[in-house]
Order: sequence, then C-alpha cells, then structure tokens
Amino acid sequence: MNTILKVVRYELRNVVRNRWVIAYALFFLVLTTLLLRLGGSTPRALLSLLNVVVLFIPLVTIVFGTIYWHGSREFTELLLAQPVRRDALFHGLFAGLVLPLSAAFMAGVTLPLLLYGGVARDSLPLLLLMLVAGVALTAVFGALATLIAGIVDDRLRALGVALGTWGLMTLAWDGFILWVTMTFADRPLEQPLLVLTFLNPVDLARVLLILRLDVSAMMGYTGAVFARFLGGWLGTAMAVAGLALWALIPGLFALRAFRRRDL
Amino acid sequence: MISARRIRKRFGRLDVLNGVDLDVARGSVTAIVGPNASGKTTFNRIILGLVRADTGEVTVDGNFIDDDGKYRAKIGYMPQIARYPENLTGRDIMAMLRDVRGPGVVRDEELVDTLRLGPVLDAPLRVLSGGTRQRINAAMAFLFSPDLLILDEPTAGLDPISAGVLKEKIRRERDAGRALIVTSHVLSELDEIADRIAFLLEGSVRFDGSRAELLQATGQSSLERAIASLMGAQPPGPPR
Amino acid sequence: MTRAVLLALLVVARPSTAQGTRELVVNPGGALPTVGMALAQARDGDRIVVRQGVYREPTIVVRHRVTISGDSGAVLDGEGTHAIMVVEANDVTIRGLTFRNTGMSQVEDRAALLVRAARGCRVERNTVRDGFFGIYLQRVTQCVVADNDLLGNAGRQTLGGNGIHVWQSDSVTVTGNVVRGHRDGIYFEFVTMGHVRDNTSASNQRYGLHFMFSDDCVYASNVFRENESGVAVMYTRRVRMEGNRFERNWGAAAYGLLLKDITDSEIRGNSFAENTVGLYLEGANRNLVTGNTFASNGWGLRILANSEANQVTDNTFTGNSFDVGTNSRQNFSTFSGNYWDRYRGYDLDRDGFGDVPHAPVRLFALVVEQTPPALILLRSPVVDLLDFAERVMPMLTPQTLLDARPRMRFPDRTQRGLTGSAESRVTRHESRRP
Repeated sequence: MNTILKVVRYELRNVVRNRWVIAYALFFLVLTTLLLRLGGSTPRALLSLLNVVVLFIPLVTIVFGTIYWHGSREFTELLLAQPVRRDALFHGLFAGLVLPLSAAFMAGVTLPLLLYGGVARDSLPLLLLMLVAGVALTAVFGALATLIAGIVDDRLRALGVALGTWGLMTLAWDGFILWVTMTFADRPLEQPLLVLTFLNPVDLARVLLILRLDVSAMMGYTGAVFARFLGGWLGTAMAVAGLALWALIPGLFALRAFRRRDL
Repeated sequence: MISARRIRKRFGRLDVLNGVDLDVARGSVTAIVGPNASGKTTFNRIILGLVRADTGEVTVDGNFIDDDGKYRAKIGYMPQIARYPENLTGRDIMAMLRDVRGPGVVRDEELVDTLRLGPVLDAPLRVLSGGTRQRINAAMAFLFSPDLLILDEPTAGLDPISAGVLKEKIRRERDAGRALIVTSHVLSELDEIADRIAFLLEGSVRFDGSRAELLQATGQSSLERAIASLMGAQPPGPPR
Repeated sequence: MTRAVLLALLVVARPSTAQGTRELVVNPGGALPTVGMALAQARDGDRIVVRQGVYREPTIVVRHRVTISGDSGAVLDGEGTHAIMVVEANDVTIRGLTFRNTGMSQVEDRAALLVRAARGCRVERNTVRDGFFGIYLQRVTQCVVADNDLLGNAGRQTLGGNGIHVWQSDSVTVTGNVVRGHRDGIYFEFVTMGHVRDNTSASNQRYGLHFMFSDDCVYASNVFRENESGVAVMYTRRVRMEGNRFERNWGAAAYGLLLKDITDSEIRGNSFAENTVGLYLEGANRNLVTGNTFASNGWGLRILANSEANQVTDNTFTGNSFDVGTNSRQNFSTFSGNYWDRYRGYDLDRDGFGDVPHAPVRLFALVVEQTPPALILLRSPVVDLLDFAERVMPMLTPQTLLDARPRMRFPDRTQRGLTGSAESRVTRHESRRP
C-alpha cells in the first residue's frame, strides 16, 4: 500500500503528463462555462455535456492511457530492479493514470457550476450521475488502455488498437444495435437491448444518463422497461456495478499480463 | 550467494538461455563473458526478476526468488543502457530510490564524489550525454551498499579515469565480501579483475572457472586467444 | 355605510317583509346559521353574505337570482359525501367562497359547484379544495368563471373529476383560474363561443385542457404545465389558440398539444417547451401553425400523414430531440419560413432565408417511428453519422416535407405574428432567451 502511494506521488509529479491533464481539465472548464452561459444549469442544458462524457472521455482516456503506459516503461524498469512488488507498482501506475484524469474531469465540470452559483435543483441527480459515469468511463478506458499497452509492445500499433477499441465501442457496437433493432423490429426487443447495453460500457453510461432526461418518456413501452430497470436506484446501482466490472475485468487481465511481462 | 539451476528462456522462437547453471559466491567477482546475444543480459534480468525464466530456479541466499521482490533490497543493478524517466534529474531519481528502499539502509555515496557527479545531478537526464548517464547509473548501483552487484557492461562508454575509479570500487567491494556479477563482451579490461569467468555462448555456459583454469583448459597463453578458441572450437568439449 | 349596516340588521330582523335588494347574512351563531336557510328566505335580487365559519349542510340549491358572497374564511364543507351547491337560476353570482371535500362518486358527476341550465352566471374568486368535480357548468350561456383556485384530490385516488367542466354551453368565459390536481384541468364538450384566457392548469391527472366538439372557441395566454398527458383537443372546427404555454408535459403518452380532427384552426404564438411531443397533429386539416416556439421537446412537431393542408410557418425549432416526426414518406402540409437550429444551409442572396431547403425529418426519426426501441441509441454518435449520411444522400426521408424558406436567424417576436394579449405573456417567457 505504501509503495502504491509512493508510485502515485511520483506520477503526479510528472510535469509533462500534468500538462496534458491540465489541458484536459481546462477543456471541461471552458465547455461547462460555455454551456452554463448559453443554457443555464437545467437538465436539458447539461445534455451537451453528455455527448462529451460519452464520446470524449473514452477517447482521451484510452489514447492518453496507452501513451502513459508506454511512457512508463523506463520508470517501471527502474523500480522493478528495486525491492518493489510488481502488483504494487501496477496499482500505483493505474491510480496515477485514472486519478488525475478523473480529478481533471470533475474539477472542470464542478468548478464552473460552483462559480455559477450551484445547479438547478432538478439537475442535481443528473449531474451527480454524470460525474459518476464520467469517472467510471475513465476507469474503464484506463483499464482497457492498460490491457492494450500490456499486450501490444509496439507503441504505434498499441495506439492503433486503442483507437480501434474506442471506435468499436462508440460506433460499431451502436451500429450493431441499430441493425438488431431494425432486423428484429417485430419481436420484443426490450430485454435483448438491455443485454446489449450492458455489454458495452459506453452504451451503459449513455443509456443511464439519457433515461434521466427525455428518452424514457419518448420510448413508450420500451422506455418503461428500461426506466423501470435502469431508472431506479437498484438499476442505477447495477449499471454502476456493470461499469465497475468493465473496469475490473480488463484491469485484472492487464495485471496478469503485467506480472508475467518480461522487461 | 546466488545459485541458478537449469535456467531456460525463449523469446518467441529464439532460445536465449538453454539450461544455464551458475553459482556466485560472496567476496568474488564473476565475469559473465560472451558475444552479443549470448544471453548475458537476460540472465542478469532473470536474477532481478525483470524477466521470468521458462524453467529452472534461482535462489538468493538460499531463498527462491519470488513475486514479493524483497530480495532485491540486497541487489544493486547497473543496466547496460540506463533508461530513466527523462524529465527527472539524477537527484530526483536518487531521492526516489531512497524513498522506495526505505529508511535505515546504509548509503554509499562514494561514487557520487569520485565520479564527479555533483554538477550534473540537477540536470534533467534527457540533456545528459551517454557517458554521464552511465556514471550516474554506476553510482546508483552502489548507492545502497547492496550485497550483490549486477553490473552490465559497466565500463562501456566510460572515460578511462571513470573506468579506473569504477574498477577500483569493484575491487574494494569484493574485498568487503560482496558478490559481484560483471558482464562484458568477449574482451574487456574487466576480465582482469574477475575471480571467475563464465563463458556464455548460444544460451549455455561453455566454460566456468578461474582465469588460470581457462588458459589451461584451452592451452592458450592469453585470455583473448583462449576465448577465441572457445568460440572457434565447435564444440569446445566439456570444460567442466 | 351606516345605512347598509342598519339595513342588514333590519333584514336579519325582518327578512320576509323588506322590499327591493336585501342582504341576508349567514353566520354560524346567528339567525341564519346555514346558507340553505338564507336561501329559503331569499328572493330574486337578494344578496347573501356568508361570514367566516365552516358550514356543513345538505347540498345547497340556488333557485333565485341572488349573489352569494363569502367573507374570507367562509367554508362550505361537503363532508366527503355530497355535492355542495347547485345553481338552477339565471344571473346568479357565487363569489369568494371556499368549497371543500365533496368526496368521490362512481355514479354521479358530483361537483363542488354545479350550474345547471342557467344564463348569465358569474363564479368568481372561489376556492375549491378536494372537489371531485370542481366547477361544473351544464347547458349554460353567457357565464363567467373567473379567478378561482381549484386543487383537486385526483392522483391520490385512482379516479378524479375535472376541474372546470363545461358541457353543452354557449359563450362561456373561463379566465384567470388556477386548476391543479384534477383529472382534466379544464374540460369543454359541446361548447360554442368559449373564451379560455389567462388560466393556469397544472399537475392534473390527465389533461390540462381537454375539449371536443367545441367550435369557435378561443384559448389564449394560458399555461398548461406538467399535466400527465398534456393537452388534447378533438373533433372541433375554427379554434384559435394563441400565446399559450405548453410546458413540461412528460410521459409515455404526453403531448404539449394534441390536435385530433381539428380543422380550420389557428395555433399562433404559443410556446411548446420540454414536452414529450410539443404539437401533435392527427387527422388535422387546414390549420395554420404560425409563430410558435418549439424548444427542448422530444418531438417538436409530430404530424401524421392523415393531416392535410396545414401551414406550418414562421415557427422556431430549437433543442428538440426531433424537430419534426412523421409516420410516412407522404406529406400534405406546407412548411415555410421556420427557424430550425439544425439548419446548416447558407444565404448567398442575403434575404434572411436559406437558399437550400431544409428537411426537418431526421432519418433517425423515421427509424424510431418504425422501431421505437431504437430510441436507446439517441445521442449515440452512430445516429449523428446516420443523419449526416442521409443529409448528404437523401434516400429515405420524406422529400416532400421540406421547408423551402428556412430562416437564417432566430426571429424576434415581432416576426412571429403575435397579437394582442397573447404577446405580453409570451414576451415575458421569451425574454430570458439570449
């Protein structure tokens, strides 16, 4: 535990990386400020943040994460010649990736809101859920980046795989869902769609958020099924657990790879 | 202090180590000699746990090396090519290593002085020349007075004065009862200070013994020729 | 003043012998402890004043042309068992009373106040609490229902009654009322020449406003907010709806305003915000939809193909998930001069209108029309990709549903054709926009 904290501390001191993280925080800061200026803090105004959370966080995290792990090679080598456990180093490095990104996202979103003077009351649950979803997606895509960097040695190839993974989860999977809904339009689709949603962390986060907005009302019966499942606290907890699983499973595989890795 | 038995390691289709047995005792310098890609560095890294052997076992002071990594507190490692986080300074890294090793470890900063590192420790490593980095590298290996020193091509890239300082340091550490492993190319000035020479070729130890034994076994008058004959003679016959 | 008091004393003392307009005072501890007793002595033209107090008495029936006016705190209690007051005479005014607790009924349309077959009634500034039906007008003409405050008991029970219910009547004015917690806030059936103005109908169990077969009525400057199903109006001709606000009617079957079989009507200068469907047209023909604002709705406008010859002009569409939805590739209505925040065209001739037509129906809207579950993909980048592809290469979206003159700029209010009192209210609402 002690070692993990030490590793996190070294990573936080890393100036070059911090520049990226600060830019990332500034991005959210500017974006949120603009949104507040334009639309206030109503749930509808927060909607534009949703696209960013669902699209941008995964992209930045997986790309940054892959570069991060490759950039940590020297550090890893140096520390593993010392009396440091591999898994401790791994946890430290993982935290050093996910914590700053999550903090940058949260600070970038919440600071303008605080300066603006709080949020509209009916936006609060949505906002909290959005923060949770953003952090969860950061963890998920941080874990995926870790796994990719642990399996693919070549830096450029790893970046390619990372981008491909992102495209698969944000675009291809949704294309597949669209195809399924249109192909099996005449059958009951609620449960299959729920399963398909849980199979993709991006969709899970997105659906969790849009259900708090307009969609459950617009979807009629299907919406009711979804809203009943994901709109309640149990469903929300399950979705968050699903996201946690999506971070945990690639993370564990990455840890296994990291343990067996020859440096 | 170290005992390695039947170490095998493949990287993909390449057999790097093919059943290596080697013991390293305290108070001695063991030179692992061999051409490029003979597996010297891999062997070192297996002892450090940086590379996992496919089969075989390594004990340090009688204990099998494990995931815990605590045994590495006894080891100082000077890699062939030092790779550090580039925007840190030498001082940052030394502080970090101190932090990781924890308090209560005897520190030996002799080389920081004798290798004249004072002025360069505050520059980011990426701006330093290869030789300077190598000197910092050497100083760090000795920093925590380890019982075992693994020095991978330690004098490569060093100026003669620094190389002399380092050789002197190696001798004194041996005399203080520490174990040292020094790898080198086929020919190296370091062979002179080696108590024992292990000749590694194509993944196995072709000769293991003292300098005199090597000369005797090959019937050659110089170390250079002895090794050349080991490499040329296929197979050289079991030296042990 | 002194004379009035003196007169009042006289009336109480000798009620049956006075001539002309008399004032009967109902007082819990007085000579007339119930409204019923006062009415038993009343003649046409009398004035009945109800003092503070809670009156529990059988259903009060008004058979004379009287004014009943309550002091503050004058409460008529139905004890949860019966209708409170029935008016059966012409020119009756009921003012300032509090009606409460009619209880529920499965067999009758029990109302706090029922006006039956009368002319010229005025129902003003009353409060109705926990009424099953609130104010119920049946076969009346030239009645005014103004500034009443109704809070029903619907929602807690399964079935509620309507707030202001008007049936088979003519020339009824409903203005300045606040209706909440009923089944339908304001209900008109077989009403002609009705005026519904400046009311707020909110949080009702079904519709904020519901009318059928009620031609030539005007609905202006009302607020219909957070009703379970929004507003639905049907089978009616020549309606004018102006400057109303339809807001936050969210639900699986909620509409800002549903027009079913409405013809030759005008929907002008209204604001539709945050509804599942802002304006829904089904079998609605020859209507003019102009100068309205559709903002942040699920669907701004949904128009079924069985609606013909409607004109949708000079409206603004912003921030809707779908601006326009339809169930067909056919379209028999005209779209022109609207502002669409999704429009990406240009205006080279600088006349304020885009040079290329705008197709407001997204491809994804069609997909969703056929397969509603596809909505879970809303705000997925795939959907944007799909819409982009369709814009570049239109193949599936209805090519007849086009706005040939899309506005380039968000129009200010003078361009949106607002008139009269409708304007002030909408202006107040709109002024918060940048």
